[in-house]
Amino acid sequence: MASSSRQPEMAVPVMDGAVREMGGAPMPLVHPSVAAMLELRRAEEGPEWLATLRDRAAEAFARLGFPTRRNEAWHYTDLRSLAELRFAAPERGGAARLPDGVADAGAPRLVFVDGAFRPDLSDLDSLPDGVRVESLSSLLAMGGGEGRLGALADAESGTFVALNTMLADDGAVITCTAAPEAAARLHLVSVGRGGGERPVAFHPRHLIHIAEGAELTLFDSALGEGAYLNNTVAEITLGKAARMTHVRLQAEAATGFQVSTVFAHVAEEAEYDSFVLATGARLARNEVHATLAGPKAVAHLNGAQLGDGARHVDTTTVLTHAAPNCASRQTFKSVLSGASRAVFQGKIHVHQVAQKTDGYQMNQALLLSPTAEIDAKPQLEIYADDVKCSHGATVGELDADQLFYLRSRGLPLAEARAMLIEAFLADALEAVRDETLRAALAAATAAWWARAHAEAGA
Amino acid sequence: MKAMLKIEGLTAAIDEKTVLKGIDLEVPAGEVHAIMGPNGSGKSTLGYVLAGREGYEVTGGSVQFRGEDLLAMEPEDRAAAGLFLAFQYPVELPGVGNANFLRQAMNALRRKRGEAELDAMQFLKLVRGRMKALGMTEEMLKRFVNVGFSGGEKKRNEILQMAVLEPAFCVLDETDSGLDIDALKIVADGVNALRGPERGMLVITHYQRLLTYIVPDRVHVLLGGRIVRSGGPELALELEEKGYGELQQAA
Repeated sequence: MASSSRQPEMAVPVMDGAVREMGGAPMPLVHPSVAAMLELRRAEEGPEWLATLRDRAAEAFARLGFPTRRNEAWHYTDLRSLAELRFAAPERGGAARLPDGVADAGAPRLVFVDGAFRPDLSDLDSLPDGVRVESLSSLLAMGGGEGRLGALADAESGTFVALNTMLADDGAVITCTAAPEAAARLHLVSVGRGGGERPVAFHPRHLIHIAEGAELTLFDSALGEGAYLNNTVAEITLGKAARMTHVRLQAEAATGFQVSTVFAHVAEEAEYDSFVLATGARLARNEVHATLAGPKAVAHLNGAQLGDGARHVDTTTVLTHAAPNCASRQTFKSVLSGASRAVFQGKIHVHQVAQKTDGYQMNQALLLSPTAEIDAKPQLEIYADDVKCSHGATVGELDADQLFYLRSRGLPLAEARAMLIEAFLADALEAVRDETLRAALAAATAAWWARAHAEAGA
Repeated sequence: MKAMLKIEGLTAAIDEKTVLKGIDLEVPAGEVHAIMGPNGSGKSTLGYVLAGREGYEVTGGSVQFRGEDLLAMEPEDRAAAGLFLAFQYPVELPGVGNANFLRQAMNALRRKRGEAELDAMQFLKLVRGRMKALGMTEEMLKRFVNVGFSGGEKKRNEILQMAVLEPAFCVLDETDSGLDIDALKIVADGVNALRGPERGMLVITHYQRLLTYIVPDRVHVLLGGRIVRSGGPELALELEEKGYGELQQAA
């Protein structure tokens, strides 16, 4: 850390071979993969506000570097496997097709390939009234986006947000004014394509606004093949009494990385209802920051993470109660086989003003093998005195008596285990009220089990 | 008549403690045999060993079931071969719907036997008839398996599974425990309806009471891990009168 004493604000994780000196003047020590990312930044042709935003993000990214386990927020997720790669920018355009296995959500579909909007693969013909959709690239090309891009996601908040802010060139920009009766639904599909000489990294930035009293159901599914990093940031604002059901399926390639950071700002009487099912990726981090900003706002952050092989899957939530009479519910379930690892970090932060807060958090894990592992860290930070906040965590394995009972009725071991896993996940999945989407998640769960079971060779 | 179930010199241990000390028993097809004995005599252990529960270590002897080595089979293969154990304490399965459980079990067995699976409609038609006979409401199909069921409902649910899965051989482990007299009659009727020339049964019970309703062809007394006496149905009445004390002294 030779130079860090001079420029402490530029101190970044140091790796061998990262020291570069030019003409004797100390350069900031930059991790080679951080340097590689910085090199991917193209000259900004856009307006000045955007150039400033990108500059500040680049500066933050260089300074923060890839977090190590010494960073408390990343203590349980080791990023070395990601940080040692030299990512390239994806090639834009070219032929692409929608892969098999994209669930039919029965909704207009926006497709992104390596983070770039693909009108040729999308299907927006039946876009409901009151739902406006455009791509971030076209919004920026038209000179728009000021005050919206980065409104919630501050580059200073972390490495991946900084990286995304520096490089994001596309994403979905959705504005919904549709009344609840319209039952507006949308399907966002991300397809990652690795397979080139170097793994590619893409940084979609979604900007979603649900206007006062409006309602939207968004199904967000991510899949792919080969080696890539999908570093998505979503900024979601809900106006007064707005409602959003956000169902996500993370089924990235087994050689892919996904880091997803969602910021949801929930106004008075509005409700953000999210469910995330994670079945893929070599390493995945799902980070959700939800802020209940007005009285009687509600947030549901539910989900399930399914691990197999040597995969690592991390769910980190930060729920901020910043207004009185708000309610939050979090139920996360992990099912882990092989040598997979899961992390659940859930923080509930109750501001002093947030009296009558009703917060609930439950984290349950089912370990299917002795080498699977879960790290759980619930955190309550409460500054109001009249609140109801509870959290709990359980870790267990499949019940031997239940397995025997099922097998004694003729169910083969694998089927008996699948049935008990499904039962374990049932009350979490019930939170998804949209039947089409719940069926899509159930199918993804079954596909995961078929794979995990085959890998285990049991 | 050739034995459907043939147990020879069976010894078994739990946690290295020998519980079955040499059981010899033959049950031919078409017959109902009762195993009676006081607590701790090894009755339930015998049931679990036959069904293949983990933790019950067979240390000697053999069990032939329809000419096959039963002890070499996994629990699900024993079920496919036609063996069914009605549990003394049916296991609760939160999150698993009763109808779904029963249909998957039935279809797993049908697959193994090379028979066509039943779809939801065919299954419901079959199961409704069986439920009615057992005095069960259809609402019980929608509930999670045995969750929140009363003792009597759990036992009926066991008999329902038996009636739907139609096993060749039934082992009933203390099916009478926890039942009032009305429930006992219903359960016994359900069991009797399954009696037939092709089916064998082993009824394990502490009390004679059940055997008033399910009249056995043979009664065996299990004491200290051994069958110490065998006889006709009158043996059950004798035990009811005299208790196990005399036999225990003799053993």
